[in-house]
Amino acid sequence: MELTAEEREWLDGGGGPALKRAMEIVVALGTIYGAPHMIPVESVQISGVSYRNIGDAGLRFLRQWADEGAQVRVPTTLNPTAMDMVRWEAQGFSPDFADKQRQVVDAFARMGVGEGVPLPTCTPYLIGNRPSLGAHVAWAESSAVAFANSVLGARTNREGGPGAIAAALTGRTGAYGLHLTENRAATLRVEVRAKPEAISDYSALGAIVGRQAGQAVPFLAGLPLDARDPLGEEKLKALGAAMAATGAVGLFHVEGVTPEARATVMLAPEHDTIVISDLAPGYADLSDDIDAIDLVWIGCPHASLREVVLVAEALRGRTVRVPLWVTCARPVRAIAAEQGYVAVIEAAGGRVFVDACMGIAPVRDLGFSAVATPSAKGAYYLRNLAHVAARFATLHACVDMAVTGDRG
Amino acid sequence: MTGDEPMTFTARVIKSGVAEGEALVSAEPIGFLGGVDGATGIVTERGHPLEGTCVAGRVLVFPTGKGSTVGSYVLYQLAAAGLAPAAIINAESEPIVAVGAIISDIPMVDHAPVDAIRTGDRVRVAGDCVTVWSRN
Repeated sequence: MELTAEEREWLDGGGGPALKRAMEIVVALGTIYGAPHMIPVESVQISGVSYRNIGDAGLRFLRQWADEGAQVRVPTTLNPTAMDMVRWEAQGFSPDFADKQRQVVDAFARMGVGEGVPLPTCTPYLIGNRPSLGAHVAWAESSAVAFANSVLGARTNREGGPGAIAAALTGRTGAYGLHLTENRAATLRVEVRAKPEAISDYSALGAIVGRQAGQAVPFLAGLPLDARDPLGEEKLKALGAAMAATGAVGLFHVEGVTPEARATVMLAPEHDTIVISDLAPGYADLSDDIDAIDLVWIGCPHASLREVVLVAEALRGRTVRVPLWVTCARPVRAIAAEQGYVAVIEAAGGRVFVDACMGIAPVRDLGFSAVATPSAKGAYYLRNLAHVAARFATLHACVDMAVTGDRG
Repeated sequence: MTGDEPMTFTARVIKSGVAEGEALVSAEPIGFLGGVDGATGIVTERGHPLEGTCVAGRVLVFPTGKGSTVGSYVLYQLAAAGLAPAAIINAESEPIVAVGAIISDIPMVDHAPVDAIRTGDRVRVAGDCVTVWSRN
């Protein structure tokens, strides 16, 4: 691989041990994927933040890197933690767990993530880390990768946790994969004959497509979306998150909607075609046969302000019987609180937590065994990572379940 | 081939370093998260050809990695406990094990003829050079 003099110096240890290790990682990843050289990145999104997932070994490694003086070179944002960093007691976390989770975030803060004050979220593009069309970035978090590539037209591969940290410390990533124009054409045409309406319908569609797409780049035709749809961005966020969860989709195009598909034909000459005419299996395949639920979780990926408003309007004047938790980025909650929506949700008995993700939380330890959510990705990880039963339904059906206590 | 003549070949460096040890060969991919106990170094994946075997100090030879990205940290945990493999040789490396080897200072190469190595062979990895002494 061709390296600049500066990159070579870092690799040889001239910038200290932290930078050397970071350079070794980006060079190894570039080597594995056949990158001829490095490219600068404008921003980084880091994953691997939940103490439940990375454990003591991950924490120890992050502290070592921070102790060595590692500092990010480009604006870097942080994925969700397992818990709300302020309201964790209300969620039922133990002080021991909270202490470990805090140490993880502290290590990232010491490395300069979030300018020293990380605001953990899987939707960095809602809080200012919003790359422009054609920008090269290095993002982890599969749903954010799908959004950045597809909805914003930025360019990133699906980075892993330490790989993203290495990209942040070096400001570099290998020139391979989705950074290259020739790899961004769609290889799977998806003809949508079903008529998705609710945001969760797009999530269900994404779950179906993801299973069949694997690592393909889907091109979706026939979606009733246009630029005037006030929830258009939420629908695309849900669609991409689901495809990236049930499949390994890092980029998709929507005919006439996503930026690259507006500019040019993004369908490779040789491609497969699938037809989706029914969304019901998307919901059914991610719903367990359960009699009751004990938690409703909304905000996977983290809720936008518009989604918080949707929950507040659905809850206005009602009272929940089972806990209803909304998760979102800290600034999104602050604005929603300012506008009175958090008060509406809390008056109904619901909660709005920040920083946190239930998909990577020890949900069983918190006392829950069956969770309803309007997110296919949420249901997928509740089942496969948190090991609880899940029920995937529309946002309004989920709110109704919280109010009645029934499974819906 | 006689038992005394070592076999040498050139591989692709993923993590540069020098190490020697007894080969532990798996024909199946290895996933470290859920596949190897980070506290003991013992392969725990049910039905895996190396199930019940300890990877500590061995030159671990397998086609490629698999599974969760958190597996990188399992290698780090093994290294911190002194239970890491001495070196790793893959046919084709993927990011999880590669990153794990780098953060754990485990010499690692790929594009190597892993089929030519048998469990019990003496193996030395030095940069891109791999030397194998057959166990006979």
